[in-house]
Amino acid sequence: MEDVFSNFDLVLKAFWLTVQLAFLSGVAAMLLGTLLAAMRVGPVAVLRGVASTYVTLVRNTPLLVMCVFVFVASPNLGLFVDTPFLLKGTIAISLYTAPFVAEAIRSGINAVPVGQAEAARAIGMTFAQNMRHVVLPQAFRATVPPLASTLIAMTKNTSVVAVFGLTEATARMRDFVNDNADDTIAIFLVFALGYIILVELISLAALGLERHWKAAR
Amino acid sequence: MTVTDDVPVGNSAPRSGEPLVELVDVQKWYGGLHVLQDINLSVGRGEVVVVIGPSGSGKSTLCRTINRLEPIDSGQILVDGAALPQEGKALARHRADVGMVFQSFNLFAHKTILQNVALGPIKVRKQAKDAAEAHARELLDRVGVAHQADKYPAQLSGGQQQRVAIARALAMEPKVMLFDEPTSALDPEMIKEVLDVMVDLAERGMTMIVVTHEMGFARTAANRVVFMADGRILETADPETFFTHPESDRARDFLGKILKH
Repeated sequence: MEDVFSNFDLVLKAFWLTVQLAFLSGVAAMLLGTLLAAMRVGPVAVLRGVASTYVTLVRNTPLLVMCVFVFVASPNLGLFVDTPFLLKGTIAISLYTAPFVAEAIRSGINAVPVGQAEAARAIGMTFAQNMRHVVLPQAFRATVPPLASTLIAMTKNTSVVAVFGLTEATARMRDFVNDNADDTIAIFLVFALGYIILVELISLAALGLERHWKAAR
Repeated sequence: MTVTDDVPVGNSAPRSGEPLVELVDVQKWYGGLHVLQDINLSVGRGEVVVVIGPSGSGKSTLCRTINRLEPIDSGQILVDGAALPQEGKALARHRADVGMVFQSFNLFAHKTILQNVALGPIKVRKQAKDAAEAHARELLDRVGVAHQADKYPAQLSGGQQQRVAIARALAMEPKVMLFDEPTSALDPEMIKEVLDVMVDLAERGMTMIVVTHEMGFARTAANRVVFMADGRILETADPETFFTHPESDRARDFLGKILKH
């Protein structure tokens, strides 16, 4: 008990790393996921194939395997050799999360009435303009609840990189537990509460977005 | 080319013998169903053509082929002398010149009325935002919904939404306007306000192809009526002749059904 509170700066530091991992991975996964979703509904057959292959391959691979690839296997291919660990973690988590984002967004795209896209085409918009100005803004609205779930799962998934030398929250928790075998309950509660707060922030942001967009139509 | 509000909307005065839209031997199948058969139609500049016929006759499909929302299987479609491009940027450019009004309005649900009208000019025509919005306000004024400019489509009545949809199409300064059953989704008391806008447009010289069941509009505004059934054009005549002396049995039968009530 003493240890985890007297060294609370270590707890905060660890959660700060978790926040950085979650934020960077979240942004990257959203960008890549949106691109994949647009490719899958787009007019170019080759891109449709590439995107759906990526979704199938990566969605069917455990995150731990993706981490082994980025941290351990890819340096042997000459990839990510001098990449900082934070960046490697971000790459692994965002590559893994992107297909889930893509599928959530694709479900949102399918929920946009086809007449919206037709009207955009009818005034001469290209596919990219149609996506950017008409379809995706509406798809994102329908996508907020499933996207929030995906980002919450991703935030908790950042704990996997604890295995690969990044002292984020779960790794720090393990260190505390190793040093204080009689205080494990308190340590568990402190770290669980930390994750709950982080995740709740995402839920609240999602709720806020839903309310905001409900007002604007 | 510049078009101001003071002159007719059409790009040039009506000139007979020079078709703006031409369909030549157009064929289209949905699987085994031959929905457009041997369609030949030529629409002159400034001409208003009304397409009528029973449901399933292919009239909406015909309308939608002209900006390639429906691709055709064979034949040729020319707009202003140029063949319809395949998919891609050239097709997008073509569509910018062909206005379309849908049965279900299809206003962009996440944009305000003003944004709906100004979006195409800004993004497609690359006009400055101020100029595009000023022009959008003029068009909204012309169709009588200027005071709704900052609302969202769902806050407007169907008739208002459809008038906005017409303004949105006009904002692109199209060479021709396609109307795909523009009043079929409207409550009866809102039909007139939309038809009035369309009649005004016709009087200003816009080239129009209108799929509709509104016989009153056909009589007032149309230069020609095209009657379709089973994917074919069975009859083409001026409205007076068509409504008083239809040639085909199908047309007589159809008119008998809709005009009796």
